[in-house]
Amino acid sequence: MTDHDTDEHLEDLPLNALPHEAWHLARGARMVPFAGYNMPIQYEGIVAEHTWTRENAGLFDVSHMGQLLLSGPDLDAAVEAVLPIDLSTLKLGQQRYSLLLDENGGVLDDLMVSRWPDALYLVVNGATKWDDLGTLREALPDDITLNYLDDRALLALQGPKAADALARHVTGHYPLSALTFMRFGQFTIAGHDVTIARAGYTGEDGFEISLPADAAAEIADLLCAEPEVKPIGLGARDSLRLEAGLPLYGHDMSLETSPIEAGLIFGINKRRRTEGGFPGADRIIREINEGTARKWVGLKLDGRLPAREGAEVFSGSDHIGTVTSGGFSPTLGAPIAMAYVASADAAIGTALEVEVRGKRLAATVSPTPFVPHRYFRGS
Amino acid sequence: MPRYFTDEHEWIDVEDDIATVGITEYAQGQLGDIVFVELPLVGALIEQGKDAAVVESVKAASDVYAPITGEITEVNPALEEDPALVNSSPEDDGWFFKMTIADEGELDALMDEDGYKAFVAEL
Repeated sequence: MTDHDTDEHLEDLPLNALPHEAWHLARGARMVPFAGYNMPIQYEGIVAEHTWTRENAGLFDVSHMGQLLLSGPDLDAAVEAVLPIDLSTLKLGQQRYSLLLDENGGVLDDLMVSRWPDALYLVVNGATKWDDLGTLREALPDDITLNYLDDRALLALQGPKAADALARHVTGHYPLSALTFMRFGQFTIAGHDVTIARAGYTGEDGFEISLPADAAAEIADLLCAEPEVKPIGLGARDSLRLEAGLPLYGHDMSLETSPIEAGLIFGINKRRRTEGGFPGADRIIREINEGTARKWVGLKLDGRLPAREGAEVFSGSDHIGTVTSGGFSPTLGAPIAMAYVASADAAIGTALEVEVRGKRLAATVSPTPFVPHRYFRGS
Repeated sequence: MPRYFTDEHEWIDVEDDIATVGITEYAQGQLGDIVFVELPLVGALIEQGKDAAVVESVKAASDVYAPITGEITEVNPALEEDPALVNSSPEDDGWFFKMTIADEGELDALMDEDGYKAFVAEL
């Protein structure tokens, strides 16, 4: 058997170990190279882990992602020159999605920005973090300090029972339940100072916990000892985010796509859509006003055969697009995909076809998320 | 009934002049949850080592090669409705297809059960 998705050139690169690789191996993880790290792809199986996360709580080690801290004089103005974010509306304790764009408006990375006291905290993708550091260092004034927090690990606890499980271990100035979606705070777990954001990449309620790397295994053990919590691998992380309609950098958007084509206009904050003043602003503002030739859409496929990244999309005999992510949705029991298609064919309900190994599969443009988000926005 | 194994993790049962082909327990474990199996057409002539079937797991698509040269005589109809049979019963109910044996000599180069066990133990 040959795995179509094996990325052979990656195997030649030396792999970094996660802060607690031994922890994963001890729990039966199958490890694969990803983003320069040896990562757990699965423990007991992708579908079982996926379903567990939708019904209980899953713990993901996402320590390969880059945690950056920016500080210095006139920080907001300096960062607004680099990111299309409106920092005047980002208050202490809030987190927001943003985009790192090149001069042509192509997407270099997507990231989270949080307002810390006298600093901005960024979480960037693992595969792009070194390039991001270079881009940011070059673009930011010299008096802005850019710290890569390589002594921090990042754990995500996701699922409808994540809050219950985590609350048993957290102390702070206010209860964990005071955090709503896209807010963060400082807490203590087992005597370690941690930062917890109520956010994630599964569509479920959940948390991202930034913690000292040398405490990661201890805290992961504590959380996995809770009856609601199991460790979850990269495989289920991908199927969960696909169902949640969340794009993956390098697949659903890249340097070759603009955020407007990608449906990520919410990453261009309102004030910046008219003011501009960020890399690629000319193209972005033009596309907001005039539209784009192609659009990112969700597709539901008939039958059971999944369409993977690279599958071509047709309207009748016309080739009108390409699948950028696709797989089998464990929750829906059916194949789903994300694709770029011609804007004329992007309306919800449009009947299209996707070609897989010479066969045309019926597909319908569908709303995303495919599985509804269940974020905690307050009770 | 002799059972042969390939280094691509397929098993072959030979009964009279027909070979039944599936993937091994080890292979299904590596693939994970199988959601679709694309089987060859009955009547297709397939050479040893050429693509015969495709297994789609949640994660990825994987080719299954013809372990020997022959003509497909039957495919497992149960896999259309329940592809997860390959996970639950890979070496029995989850068989893929039956084929003729064009060259019995090809069987001689395959592993027996002990040989395959040793092969997997080395992986």
